[in-house]
Amino acid sequence: MDSALIPKGVKRCPFWQFALFIGIAGLIALWGVYAMFLCWFKALNQTNMNDYYGFALWIWADLAVIALGGGAFFSGFLKYVVGKDELKNIINYAVLIGFICYSSALLILAIDIGQPLRGWFIFWHANVHSMLTEVAFCLSCYFAVLTIEYIPLVLENRQIDKIPFFHNLSHNMHEIMGIFAATGAFLSFFHQGSLGGVAGVLYGRPFAYREGLFIWPWTFFLFTWSAAAYGPCFTLTLTKLIEKITGKKLVKDNVIDLLAKISGWMILTYMVAKLIDTWYWGSVLAPRAGFHFTDFYSNNAFYGQWIVFLELFLGGIVPAIILTNKGMRQNSALLTLAIVLGCIGVCTNRWAMVCQVMAVPVLPFEQWQLYIPSWQEIATTILPVAYGAILIAISYRYLPVFPQERELNPIDGYAPIESENTHSESGELQPAIA
Amino acid sequence: MFPFNFEWAWDMSHMVFMGGLWYALSIIGAGMTWCIAKTVIDTMKNEEEHH
Repeated sequence: MDSALIPKGVKRCPFWQFALFIGIAGLIALWGVYAMFLCWFKALNQTNMNDYYGFALWIWADLAVIALGGGAFFSGFLKYVVGKDELKNIINYAVLIGFICYSSALLILAIDIGQPLRGWFIFWHANVHSMLTEVAFCLSCYFAVLTIEYIPLVLENRQIDKIPFFHNLSHNMHEIMGIFAATGAFLSFFHQGSLGGVAGVLYGRPFAYREGLFIWPWTFFLFTWSAAAYGPCFTLTLTKLIEKITGKKLVKDNVIDLLAKISGWMILTYMVAKLIDTWYWGSVLAPRAGFHFTDFYSNNAFYGQWIVFLELFLGGIVPAIILTNKGMRQNSALLTLAIVLGCIGVCTNRWAMVCQVMAVPVLPFEQWQLYIPSWQEIATTILPVAYGAILIAISYRYLPVFPQERELNPIDGYAPIESENTHSESGELQPAIA
Repeated sequence: MFPFNFEWAWDMSHMVFMGGLWYALSIIGAGMTWCIAKTVIDTMKNEEEHH
């Protein structure tokens, strides 16, 4: 039915199967859209946020998807700036994931601000003393960069590519993609950092407050570092997932191994810095503010010391050990375990830096403030997941997301190809390949 | 926000924040302008060659 749109030389599932998947994911997305409109039309009383929880599930989800989407900027940085050319075989997918993550983050923010029609105020009436203004600027600009990085992939669709203007546009955009990737890396460095900086400058909240360098608390650097370290884990996790769903090998092992190795060393160095930060905070900063380390993890129903164990040991040290060790990294089960634990680790870190900060009592007469999100908050947080699944499914079906797919999964009538370059040197039109 | 808006002040915060934003937007805008202009030229050239 849609075979004319599918890249040549690759096999896709029957259209009814694809439509069924899109239908199911679409229903979940509709549930989220309904909750979103409730929040917009009936206001934020639809949520369980209150005076204690100005930041809640949405902001955690926001920070988590931005960290997980860091695989796009870091892979782009490695390919275009550092020159790791092997990553060209996974960069399309990293960009797609980044595009989904950042558009989701912007969608969540549009719900969270309550009145999206006034969203432009942050640009026009900017508060230049707020780290969140810098976050909004860089987030929007970086989303523009990701869109620019995603467009050439869309233009490589078999039918679109036949139109000379789009074929040439895709080619020209590829030519200067390095500039966009470098700009994206620069923007990402700052907004990832500023998201951490927001927590680090809360001097009235000893759980989050950190000292730092000039105007930047250490959390600024830790957030950037962790996004660069764990973002590739998410890219690899979703690569493994799509390979499992399609029953195909889509990226060669050497590419996976390279990205996993780089991610591992990034996590290892991040963990060294994070452990030093945690030790200094627990033994110097918190006591200076009148707290003991255990005060932050006791006398409540949820925030126990298990959260430190989950974030730092299971989600940090374990993946670092596995991913930096060649033998362990090349074991498929251990690799999958490490990258999944890495994703859990960074999400736990963001949860602690958003929600636990709000929960910890600061004044002597305060109690722990626990929070359970409303169904509207949960539905709108699941909405980006459904949207992401739909976009990945459509992109995988109709676009050459994985340049090595055809070579790794040869089918009758199409010879395996060695080169993944979709543009001919002569500039003549070539069919999109996958 | 532009320097001609009433909220603007010629201080370091405004210059760094807004300067950074306009700098990034300029790079993105210039890059895309170059791509589109070159694409139009390339497409016209190809069409002329085919004729």
